[in-house]
This record gives sequence, C-alpha cells and structure tokens, in this order.
Amino acid sequence: MPDLLTPTFLTALIGAGLLSAVPLLFAGLGETIAEQSGILNVGLEGMMLGGAFVGFITTLDSGDLWLGLLAGGVAGLVVSLAMVVFCVRLGLDQIVVGIGIVLVVEGATSLLHTTWFGTTYPRLPAQPQLAIPVLSDIPVLGGSLFTQPLPVYVGLVLVGLIAWALRRTTVGLEIRAAGERPDSLDAAGVSVVRTRATAEMACGFLAGVGGGYLAIVGAGTFVPLLTNGSGFIAIVIAMLARGRPWWVVGGALLFGMSLSVTTALQLIGVNIPVDIVQMLPFVSVLLVLVLFARNAHLPSSLALPYLRGSR
Amino acid sequence: MTEPATERADELPLATVPTGRWARPVDNVVLAIGPIVLALITCGVLLAAIGRDPFAFYRDVVDAGMLRPSGLQDTITRMAPVLLISAGLIVAFRGSLWNLGGNGQYLLALAVVAGVGPNLLGAVPTALGWVLLCLLGMLVGALWTLVPSLLKVRYGLNEIVTSLMMTFIGTSLAYLLVKGPFRGSPVIPQTMVLAKDQMLSDIPGTRIHIGVIVALVVVLIVHVVLTRTSFGTRLDVVGANPRAAVHMGINVARMTVVAFLISGALIGLAAAIDLLGIFGYMRAGIDPDYALRVVPLVFLARLNVIAVIPFAAFFGVVYIGGDYAARRADVPNVFLLLVVGLILLFMVATQYLSDKRSRGEPLLPGRLRGVGRTTPKVATDA
Repeated sequence: MPDLLTPTFLTALIGAGLLSAVPLLFAGLGETIAEQSGILNVGLEGMMLGGAFVGFITTLDSGDLWLGLLAGGVAGLVVSLAMVVFCVRLGLDQIVVGIGIVLVVEGATSLLHTTWFGTTYPRLPAQPQLAIPVLSDIPVLGGSLFTQPLPVYVGLVLVGLIAWALRRTTVGLEIRAAGERPDSLDAAGVSVVRTRATAEMACGFLAGVGGGYLAIVGAGTFVPLLTNGSGFIAIVIAMLARGRPWWVVGGALLFGMSLSVTTALQLIGVNIPVDIVQMLPFVSVLLVLVLFARNAHLPSSLALPYLRGSR
Repeated sequence: MTEPATERADELPLATVPTGRWARPVDNVVLAIGPIVLALITCGVLLAAIGRDPFAFYRDVVDAGMLRPSGLQDTITRMAPVLLISAGLIVAFRGSLWNLGGNGQYLLALAVVAGVGPNLLGAVPTALGWVLLCLLGMLVGALWTLVPSLLKVRYGLNEIVTSLMMTFIGTSLAYLLVKGPFRGSPVIPQTMVLAKDQMLSDIPGTRIHIGVIVALVVVLIVHVVLTRTSFGTRLDVVGANPRAAVHMGINVARMTVVAFLISGALIGLAAAIDLLGIFGYMRAGIDPDYALRVVPLVFLARLNVIAVIPFAAFFGVVYIGGDYAARRADVPNVFLLLVVGLILLFMVATQYLSDKRSRGEPLLPGRLRGVGRTTPKVATDA
C-alpha cells in the first residue's frame, strides 16, 4: 500500500477536488434556495450550461474572470425566467418544464458554439490564484487548501451569508414559508409568486455562476454538453442538505473529491477504475439515507404550484 | 338584462368554448400537433438566423428519415426502444411516480444482456436465448427500481432524487461490468460481439428486426392493462390522490413498488431488444440517453400508451433524418434536443391556454385584455 499522505497525493486530491466541487457548491446553494421556496428546479443543469457558455465567451472576449462569472450568472438568471413564468406565475408542472429547459439549453448552446467556433475549442489561460498568507504556509495541506482561485473564497462567504439569510432574515422566513405553507404566507399579505420568483432567480444566478466557474476556471474551455450531469448531481446534493447551506458545502466537497481521487491515486501509482470512484459518493449517500432517513424532511409544498384559492 | 353590460363585458372569454361532437378530438389533435409545429417553426427561424436554409434542413430530415426506404426502416427500428421506454415511463407517471432513473435502468440492462448474451446464445437454442435475454433485461431493469421505490414507501424519500442517484450508480456500474467481467476484447473496453445469426431476425424483405413487433405487442398489452383493468384504475387513483387511494382500500405502498417494477422492466426490455436487434455488443461509455428525451413524447401523448405510437414515429424520423440533415447543414446533432425541448415547453403553454379556455376563462391576463378591442358589449346583449 503506497503512502497516501504524501503531499503529491493530497495536493492532487484536495486541489482538484475543490476545483470540481465549486460549481456544485454554487449550483447546490441555488437549488437549496429554490427548494426552500417550494420549487423543485429540475432545470438546474440548463442554467449551469447556459452560464457556462455565456461566461466562457465573455471571459474569452474580455479576458476578465469576474466579468465572465457575472455574465454566466445573468445567463443562468435569464434561463430561470422560463421557470418563473411557466411554474411560478402560471403554476405548470415543474418537472416537465425543468426537463424542457435542460433540453432547450443543451441544444441551443451546442448550436451557438458550433456557429461561432466551428470545431475549434479555444482555451482560456489559467486563472490567478490567491494564497492566503500564513495559512497557505502550513505544511502538506496548506498549499492546496489555501491557494485557490478567488471565487472559491467568495463561494464560502456566500454560504455563510445564505445560511444566515435563510434562518435570520425576513426574506429567508418568507422563502421558507413559501415552501412550507404558501397559503399562510399569502394570508400574511406577502406575495407567494414574488417570493418564489425571487428565490428562483437567485437560484438561476447562482447556477449560472457555478456553470461559468466550471467553464472558465475548471475546464478552461467550452465544449457542447460541458456540464455533463453536474446540475443533476447538484440537485441531489441540495436535496440531501435539506435547506442547510453548510451541508451543501460538505456534499459538494464529497462529490468533488470523488471526481479527483482517481487522478490523485494514479499519481501515486494506484489504479482504480474511474467508474467505481464515481459510484462511491452516490452509494455512500444512499447508505446514509437508508440508515438515517427517518427524519428526512423536505418543504411540504415542494414541487406544488401555488394557485390562490385552489385547494 | 338590466345589469350594466360594460362591467360584465370585460370578463367575457375572447373565444367561445367549442361545443359539438368533434370539438374534443379536434382540440386534442390541435394540442398534440400545435407544439410540434411551433417548435419546428422556432427552430427553423433559428436555423435561418445562423445562415442555414431551414427548408433544406427539414427536407433532408423528411427525406432521410421517411422517404428513403433505408431511412424509413431505420426509423421504424428506432421506434422499438422509444415505445417501450415510453410505456415504462407512463406506468410510473400515471401513478405520479417520477422515475427519472430510466437511463441507469436501460444501461445496466444493456450491459448485463450484452455480457451474458454471447455465452447464453451459444448454449441454448437461439429463440429460447432471445426470450431468456429479454426476461433478463426486464429483471435487471426492474430490480434497479427497487431502491427508489422501497425508500419512498418505507421512509417517504422523494423518488426523484433517489432514482436520479440510482441512474448515476447504474451508469457507472454498467461501464464497470463492460470493462471488467463482461469484457470480450483485449484492446477496446467492450463486450463480445454477437454473431449475425444470433441477432434478432429481420422481418422478411426488410431490415426491420422482429423486436419492433414485440415492442408493439407489449405496448398494446400495457395499454389494455392501464385502461381496462382494475390495476390501471387503482394506479390512476394512486396518482391522482394517494390519500384518497388509502381510503379506497388500495395498498399504496404495494402499488408504488409494483408500478416502479413494471416501469423498470419495460425499460430493461427496451435495452435487451436494442442490444439483440441493433447493437450486438456494448462499449463502455456509450449512452443513447433516451430517458429524458422520451419524456416529451410521453406528455404529448397525455400518458396514453397508444397515442405514443405516432409520436414515437415522429421521434424516429427526427433522430434518423435529423442526424443526416445536421451533418449536411453542418450543425451539431445535439441541436435536435432543442426541437424536443421546445416541443415540451410549447406543450405546457398550449395546454395551459386550452385549460383556461375550457373553463371559459379569458386567455390573456386582465391588463392585456381589451387592448385593441372596440366593441366588447355586443355579446352580452345577444
């Protein structure tokens, strides 16, 4: 058994793991907000992919990472408007519309990509990383844990902010009420449609930023169907976190690491089929569910449209 | 009529509710075809916008997918898995069970049938082998649904998330099987290839394999079970309102598990027929990704198994012909997903408008109504 605690291995595991965890983190956070407000946002993959494409071309054009992430977020928000109109405003089936959104964005981004780039895949330069002073000097782990592209730290700050906002602010309370008892929220004089629309658009923005990060920092390029199921993994993470943003971090790290562990193991000469490793997080999560599922709780009005006056 | 007409007039629907014997069938046809037409027009405009000729594109689609004999036969062959997967999804969706794990069920069944197939077909008479392999595919697909359905029944866990997770596990496991125990080639990660005479026979005079007939028969049986038996009715009740189903004495837990099992079995059968009829082997990494793409057909057909047949034919034409047309027009064939997705979105939108209309509600929200209308009073006085 080769030594697993070598710096090479740990750097590869944690560095690459964080890299693939961040898009899941952003998207999972967005999905958490949407789910708390009672929307099961199946179109998350589409929002990520839209954000990835727009973010990529923006950064390619301007050379600016932050502008790209912002543009990605806006693209995700625009995609989420379809969800707002069809599901929040008109009360149509969220799952059907969500699947429709995924398919439309998959087709549209592939088409636009081919139109603009043909079969070339321009690459972006590596993005600058920020080493946190002192902490990044910690031997072994410090280097990989605390030298990361800046958006990673922004993401972690966001987690704290969202956790605080959902628990401790009026907006957070309204969002959770929209997911649990929309009729009570309505009776209290707050518009359910507006609350859910806000939550959904926040979700779209975050998913778009996550997708943008995936394309700009993670892959450094855009290929059709780049997200490759990340959106669905993020939905799983959000559902497992059940409204607790810090759990989203844990889930995203678990899935991110499992994506990087194969490469890390190969670096030190251990060959495990990539398929086994990709299976592991899902299997472990299912086991956790079976063992601790008894207190599973999702917002009681999740995926149910709210139509005033209907029962 | 002493009531002031001006106030009432604003509440009048823009269109009158259709009546008469043919109103509903005509409505249904419009609702089914309308979204497709709208989606095709939208995509045509998009194609024109990027400098491709939409008419040439659609002509190519129809030409390659329907008019050429070989294309038509490919289209019909492609209908077999689509029909079976649709039927599988319908069984689950009718019970309001979101089986979104169809892809995992399909791929795992495909891998097992591909792995066991060559040896089994070498050991038993070919026809018996086909039957056994189809049953095996059904078994694998069905077993893969047990985790989501049991977790839902026992702990109330949402089947969307668990079936999605099972689809990721199933996909990885399928590739793992193909790379490991079922590997039949030292060079490429793929299973052994079936001999030509071990594949499903063609209908005489065509290149369409007999699996298509099997699929059609199975779909008819599923339709009869869903619409003419107490099982179908109970499933509908469970889907409409599980709580009411309990009061009717229906064992909701058992219905949930059984519906999921049937759903997975039909999807597994689709995989078995695909492998025996078309592929002949499985390579790690392949993924036709049917499950999500078939969802629009299922809803266009309003969860009616028979009504899926024309849509499956349409789907076949779009995929077989679209593949060729996309190559000719130099657009990625993933572009076709745009058509499918738009159909879905247009469908929910037209359905919404139609529901409003049949309730006699105005089609446009209050603020938009009346714009451009000058004589709204006439109707009430008549």
